[in-house]
Amino acid sequence: MIDFTYTVWIVLIPLIIFVLVGFFGNKFKPLVSGVIGTSGLFVSMALSYYTAYQYFFVLPKAGDVFAKVIGYNTVWLKLTDKLHIDLGVLLDPISVMMLIVITTVSFMVHLYSIGYMHGEKGYMRFFSFLSLFSFSMLGLVVATNIFQMYIFWELVGVSSFLLIGFYYEKDSAVAASKKAFIVTRFADLGFLVGILILSFTTGTFDFITLTDPNGPAMLQGSGIMFLGLSTMTWSMIFIFMGGAGKSAMFPLHIWLPDAMEGPTPVSALIHAATMVVAGVYLVARLFPIFHFSAPVALDVVMYVGAFSSIFAAIIACTQFDIKRVLAYSTMSQIGLMMFALGVSGYGEEQGLGFMASMFHLFTHAFFKALLFLGAGAIIHAVHSNVMNEMGGLRKHLPITHLTFLIACLSIAGIPPLAGFFSKDEILAAGHEKSMILFILGLTISGLTAFYMFRLYFSIFWGKEQHYHHTPHEAPKVMTIPLMLLALGAIFAGFLPFASFVTSDGKPFATHIEPFVAIPAVLVGVIGALLAMVFYKKETNIPERISASLGGFYHAAFRKFYIDEVYLFITKKIIFNYVSQPIAWFDRHIVDGSMNGISYVTNGVSTKIKGFQSGQLQQYAWVFITGAVALTLAFIYLWTN
Amino acid sequence: MFDGVPLSWFLIVATIMFFVGIYGFLVRKNLITMLMSLELILNSVNINFVAFNKLLYPNHLEGMFFSIFIIAVAASEASVAIAIIINIYRRLVNIDVEKMEEMKY
Repeated sequence: MIDFTYTVWIVLIPLIIFVLVGFFGNKFKPLVSGVIGTSGLFVSMALSYYTAYQYFFVLPKAGDVFAKVIGYNTVWLKLTDKLHIDLGVLLDPISVMMLIVITTVSFMVHLYSIGYMHGEKGYMRFFSFLSLFSFSMLGLVVATNIFQMYIFWELVGVSSFLLIGFYYEKDSAVAASKKAFIVTRFADLGFLVGILILSFTTGTFDFITLTDPNGPAMLQGSGIMFLGLSTMTWSMIFIFMGGAGKSAMFPLHIWLPDAMEGPTPVSALIHAATMVVAGVYLVARLFPIFHFSAPVALDVVMYVGAFSSIFAAIIACTQFDIKRVLAYSTMSQIGLMMFALGVSGYGEEQGLGFMASMFHLFTHAFFKALLFLGAGAIIHAVHSNVMNEMGGLRKHLPITHLTFLIACLSIAGIPPLAGFFSKDEILAAGHEKSMILFILGLTISGLTAFYMFRLYFSIFWGKEQHYHHTPHEAPKVMTIPLMLLALGAIFAGFLPFASFVTSDGKPFATHIEPFVAIPAVLVGVIGALLAMVFYKKETNIPERISASLGGFYHAAFRKFYIDEVYLFITKKIIFNYVSQPIAWFDRHIVDGSMNGISYVTNGVSTKIKGFQSGQLQQYAWVFITGAVALTLAFIYLWTN
Repeated sequence: MFDGVPLSWFLIVATIMFFVGIYGFLVRKNLITMLMSLELILNSVNINFVAFNKLLYPNHLEGMFFSIFIIAVAASEASVAIAIIINIYRRLVNIDVEKMEEMKY
């Protein structure tokens, strides 16, 4: 056996940095805190790679299967002898894969932020929050039990809140951070309910016991029905609600586009590569339960994922803020991952969808972080988020241009870049399930290619705009992460992913099916070419098309009015019909009874206060009269 | 029993003293006079104690002792009361009980 205790330091180092930079940061020069954060994350990253090497190559497999290993464990809260909440490190293929993704992207973002945040107010605050986020996210993925996951889940939420609201002097940023927090918090309520039902039914929090295909979670409680669904199905649906909130699935996606108010590196780290895939990770983590005891919940995952994906892809085609386009693109890609999980079966080749989902998560982290960091470099150069104010930037930002192009090609699924391989597996998984889902997947791929290249051509080609000053390439500290991530976006696809991460830990071989790959590449190329025709030179085709689509275009441009629906529900219905009566009850019944008591007391005391006149003889009179009266009364009673 | 003096005479004297004391306490405005009325009340009780002791338990002396005890307490009480009255006088240059109404509502 190999000792994996050192893995706990992967998680703890960012926490130490958070404390160090957060509490003592103002003792150093600003740059120092950035360097500390970056180097700390570098150590974490190196440890993660070492762990991955040890786990996948050195650790002997238990009969062809990658076993689940507890690297470190401590009992944190003991409820009963059997039921206790632990804190620890669980290593299995998906958590090791996530460790690599998170530490790599986080390291890149730290490095990039040294340049991007240069001269900003709150430089140290930024780095301490970034480390806090890394700590929470790492703690989330290595969780040994669902309660630890929930704890870190909330920590991730709060660090996301802090970072979205980083520019707390800007009203829109404050509103966005509150929106993100409240929406995800609302979703987490479902998560908590799900955990409680799950642990009540199975009597354990532990992931290893829960996800054991012969364990207590399987087919448990399937006899108890509520509204036609079993207990396990309900608990999984509730848990998925939490995952959907974090992963911005319809209809809980409304916070993600607004979250782009945060600094761009934050969007790259949290709202593209790591935190938003926590929901996917959660479903993947509990996948055996979904598959064996709650197939209905898995169908819910599939439908929600597929719908969110196409919904977001359509919106992404109409937006003009580059970060918002990327946000909707993220939502669409995560929808694809959820969709792939939803169509997946369990065990070896049956689990192709599971593998595809994790694979796409892995590659997506690289190219989406790259896209966001590239967008950050563009915003840094142009000082604007709106793509109409950009154009012809390819001459000014050569490195950004090249890396952005690589990321676009990758996400559009053009071989041989990373996105092609992972998306191909997802489409193959969809194809195995049904033809309609395959066509849906193809449509999403085509739309993805279209909106990404729309973005690319409007920013880097098109007519050159008049800028306040000539845009200049970002400093090296920003372009190096771009280049490194671009390497990831090119080569990550060549990993034989299926021999590492599978639904049951048993490796299998994948191969590219021509009847899946060829249409997929074709729609990608068509999407990209269409975007080229529309946006490479200034034409009026986009206006003509949007005019001909009329109402539909307008609805998509306004994000299908989901925000307005939410506002309507909260402001008009909840405020008027729930909050108002409650407020009335509070003001009139609760406060009223208290005020009434004090009013009566006050009135009575005013009436009787004349008694206390200060006249000694008056008191004596009362006393003696009373004594005499009592005496007479007693005599009268006794004599009768 | 008291060599021709009947018990009722003692009681009549004590009752008259008691109600004179009550009357004085309620009516007079001078604090010293009120204190004197209080002494009358106490002494009327003393007479009752002594008379009943003699009537009911001629061989015991508890009633006598009790009245002596009351006299002692009354003496100390009077000294405290006079001290208070002197302090009131120093403050208000007056010992009219109706003027002392600071402690009202």
